[in-house]
Amino acid sequence: MKLRFSRSQLCLPYAVFLILFVIAPLIVIVYYAFTNGQGNFTFDNFVNFFSNGNTIGTLFYSLFLSLTTTVVCLIIAYPTAYILARSGFKKQYVLLMLFILPMWINFTLRITALKEVLTAIEGNISLYPFLNSVIGMAYDFLPFMILPLYTCFQKLDKSLLEAAADLGANKFSVFLHVTLPLSVPGIVSGITMVLLPSMTNYVVLDMLYNSTYIMGSLIGSYFKAKDWNNGSMISLVLLAIIFIVTLITNKFSDKDNDARRTIL
Amino acid sequence: MKKAFSCVWLALVLLMMYVPILILAFYSFTDANIVGGHISSGSVANYATLFKNEELRKMIGGTVALALGSALIATILATLGAIGAHYSKRTPKAILDAANQIPVVNADVVTGFSICVLLIILLGIGKDTYVPLVIGHVVLCTPFVYLSIKPKLKQLDNNLYEAALDLGATPAQALFKVVLPQLIPGILSGFMLAVTLSLDDYFITTYTKPSTFNTISTYVENAVRSGRTEVKTALWALSTVIFLLVVTIVVIMNVISFRQKEKKRNEKTA
Repeated sequence: MKLRFSRSQLCLPYAVFLILFVIAPLIVIVYYAFTNGQGNFTFDNFVNFFSNGNTIGTLFYSLFLSLTTTVVCLIIAYPTAYILARSGFKKQYVLLMLFILPMWINFTLRITALKEVLTAIEGNISLYPFLNSVIGMAYDFLPFMILPLYTCFQKLDKSLLEAAADLGANKFSVFLHVTLPLSVPGIVSGITMVLLPSMTNYVVLDMLYNSTYIMGSLIGSYFKAKDWNNGSMISLVLLAIIFIVTLITNKFSDKDNDARRTIL
Repeated sequence: MKKAFSCVWLALVLLMMYVPILILAFYSFTDANIVGGHISSGSVANYATLFKNEELRKMIGGTVALALGSALIATILATLGAIGAHYSKRTPKAILDAANQIPVVNADVVTGFSICVLLIILLGIGKDTYVPLVIGHVVLCTPFVYLSIKPKLKQLDNNLYEAALDLGATPAQALFKVVLPQLIPGILSGFMLAVTLSLDDYFITTYTKPSTFNTISTYVENAVRSGRTEVKTALWALSTVIFLLVVTIVVIMNVISFRQKEKKRNEKTA
């Protein structure tokens, strides 16, 4: 028998897979979010989320925590990436690998290491829940911020910097008016790599004995309580946040600059 | 002066990143059971536990098997998908690209939870069948493999495929013997990425795994939170082993790519 197929049909298995296991689950989430345990249509879960002081508090706490983490990562990663890309070290690539390498070690093991060290320094780590959570998140996500910034600085056209200098700009204003604006795509994709995970990665908090909930922990607790309807509502809220952030960042970001993809 | 500042800054950041891992590595070779605690002698007991303890061995084996299995499925799906999409018309291609982007931007918690609700709650597929777990991991990995193959397809010289057909190859032969070999670097790096993503995953695993099965992530989280001291120090050893493995792999990969570059340079100058 001779096999006849057109090349474009090769994508059928993946297309079916995406419909069944990526799109269908999202539709199911929307269905569960607006029904109750008996399967009747209801807005209760929606009202529940927005009228409950605890869940709204959780939303703000996670926003605050993730914004703080993002700022801390940016402050550490920006100069690091800049120095790595621009100062012309001979083994630049090897140095970069050193900064990226922790990404490949399982994050729970890295947080364990951090926890042991923090315990040795602070004694009782549950006394500083917010501080430790920020340290933990920043420790976990720092490489994801360094990498997009590094690629962005590397692509920077050096002649623009020279031109600015030739036209009389001093070093500081070259940085302020040329380097900084050109690094915006790197900053933006670094922010997306850190902001969203640090709203949802509740394992870092759990492991560092921070008992305050973030958005991810809400889903975790509804999962444990087998409350699929309220859990779906939280997922939907998170999806909405992710959608808004993606819309905003798509305007700035450089499409070929996805940190998780460029690591290999 | 400026150079000195740069070096100091880089050194400080590196120190921050590596000190916890290295301290843990140091203590894993002692008999202390807390960091900063009293050390009476060096010991490899932690490593002995790591390799002898049945529970730990099963957990590590399971994690690796799951990562390799789902990465393999993901790579096959993504390779076919990317080739198919490359030769599709603009609209289906755009739709596929967009759908592929959903798991990339979505939070892992939401991906895991939604798969759990669909497969386990709505369709009633048992967790113990491992089906939801494997599907979850494939969903996590495939989009990234797809993304790492796509640029290679863009660089492809279409004339080679046409030439193969002109020289008498069937379309399938041309595809497997001409197109596919050119995609190998993208496929390989996609596979590696899939393995690391699966190894690192916590959220999709928790929501879809059978209750008796654990990956490194779920096991460590559980052990640390419930303060199980008897495996605690063995996990220090595990962390050290993984750290050394990663370092070795990175060094090997760099040496290989460095040699290839050298070779290319030599060919050019010759």
